[in-house]
Amino acid sequence: MKFDNLSLDLLNTISDLAQIPDGAVNIRVNGEAVVRNSSALVTISPRDDGRGFYLEVKPGTRETIHVPVLITKAGIKETVYNTFNIGENSDVTIIAGCGIHNPSHSDSKHDGVHEFVVGAGARLRYVEKHLGQGSGQGKRIMNPSTKITLHRGASAELEMTQIKGVDDAYRSTVAYIEDQANLKIVERLMTEGNQTAESDVQINIVGKGGSGQIISRSVARDKSVQVFRAALLGQAECNGHVECDSIIMDKARISSIPQLVAEDSEAVLTHEAAIGKIAGEQLVKLMSLGLMEQEAIDIIIDGFLR
Amino acid sequence: MLELKNLYMTVNDENGPAKEIIRGINLLFEKGKVYAITGPNGGGKTSIAKLVMGIFSPSSGGIYLNGEDITQLSISERAHRGISYAFQQPPRFKGLTIEDLIKIARPGIDQLALRGTMRDVGLCPEDYLSRDVGPGLSGGEVKRVEIAQVLARGAEVTIFDEPEAGVDLWTIQKLIGILYSKFKDNPDALTIIITHNENILRICDEIIVIANGMVEARGSREEVWPLIKDDVECKMKEQCGELLTYEI
Ligand SMILES: Nc1ncnc2c1ncn2[C@@H]1O[C@H](COP(=O)(O)OP(=O)(O)OP(=O)(O)O)[C@@H](O)[C@H]1O
Ligand SMILES: [Mg+2]
Repeated sequence: MKFDNLSLDLLNTISDLAQIPDGAVNIRVNGEAVVRNSSALVTISPRDDGRGFYLEVKPGTRETIHVPVLITKAGIKETVYNTFNIGENSDVTIIAGCGIHNPSHSDSKHDGVHEFVVGAGARLRYVEKHLGQGSGQGKRIMNPSTKITLHRGASAELEMTQIKGVDDAYRSTVAYIEDQANLKIVERLMTEGNQTAESDVQINIVGKGGSGQIISRSVARDKSVQVFRAALLGQAECNGHVECDSIIMDKARISSIPQLVAEDSEAVLTHEAAIGKIAGEQLVKLMSLGLMEQEAIDIIIDGFLR
Repeated sequence: MLELKNLYMTVNDENGPAKEIIRGINLLFEKGKVYAITGPNGGGKTSIAKLVMGIFSPSSGGIYLNGEDITQLSISERAHRGISYAFQQPPRFKGLTIEDLIKIARPGIDQLALRGTMRDVGLCPEDYLSRDVGPGLSGGEVKRVEIAQVLARGAEVTIFDEPEAGVDLWTIQKLIGILYSKFKDNPDALTIIITHNENILRICDEIIVIANGMVEARGSREEVWPLIKDDVECKMKEQCGELLTYEI
């Protein structure tokens, strides 16, 4: 399989890939899986309707798996269903991500519906970067929907980043955490121009000793609009924490709506939410080190979203 | 040479009338010397430093660096002209590491100099370089990082705003040694240290006392101390109810 420069560039940005990696990999380009390799312990098989895959990780596996998606042709709109079954006591990293390059007038859209089941004692790190490019009028739209279940003693960290250039996003994440399992979701979001992004995260801690954490950092510039809902439900003796921190600039609008629901007297749930502009003191400090105002703003934002 | 000519500054207090906090400052600082600025809290020391850095603008008067009027220049332009200011209360940054900040302060700094600067302020480079200058650092650590940035810059005019504040006694002693070796009798450096610390006052060539937005006294330690001694003792008596001896 040969990629053109544009695709390689996108691939590199969203998943740090310069070539087709060893191990299990699924690369979807313009609506088709162009690379699909299973490994000894990780099987990737297509769904019958061709719209996505089943990924099966054998118990005890340690591996890094790549499943990026690219859209470089105009006007592609797709919904993809992927299922990840992470075997007991395995330890895997999954690098996903979606890059849309759309220079045309018609909209491009990728809706990724992901379901994860993380087996007892397993560890998962899932990294997903979303990026939109291209100067056309057509919108770049991504609506990821993620459902994750963590069985007894499992742990997972989901790092979801919307870097730039996504015009419209509705992100939905639902998690179920069983006994002694632990989930951390880190979301980073940047919107500008007239972009809108809405994120709904719901963590249900159903098992005793479970813990869940949502950390959201976002920056809204120009006239962009962000809505962030983070709900934590504790149904057992458990720990949960939500932290939403946003920088607002220009004429942007941000709503941050944390919700805590406890159904057990041993549930400890907390939240912190803050929205504010870049602190004047930070700007002044960096300028006193010789940066121009715009450079200082960019560095503060980059750091904040890192 | 840095010259402040007839500086006045008024601020709009949120819940009160406009207040003149700098009231006719005339000061001349020469290259190769270390100056101390001291005086009571709220006297206007930090405001003077911020006027020099361009963070505050005067309502009238001018600031001159080597003869050039820099009163209208931006903060960044003044930084490029060679002015450097270590904040009294430095801000924290989420997501920027100590290494990031020092590299912004001194683009292209090599690893040896970077590590040396860290050690100058008593921070072990291995433990600290990659740490965020965020809520995870203690107050004294943030303060030391601030001083490290300014040391790394190596500017022509360096202003330290209470470098001793919040810093432990061992580090202060070390810091005084560093200030002495880097700035004392350095013909290329003009150094202003805002301080309440007697040992720092000792290493300065000249002491300037600022109170009520004005220069109350200026001169060598021997000259200035007798002038303010009574005042200090009187204030201490007022505040502490007894006379404490305070000698330098
Ligand atoms: N931005 C501001 N708005 C309103 N008042 C201010 C502002 N900055 C300073 N002031 C006031 O100006 C006066 C001088 O403040 P400044 O910070 O310069 O004092 P200082 O001599 O540095 O004091 P300290 O020893 O406590 O650091 C104080 O009364 C202070 O309340
Ligand atoms: Mg001050």
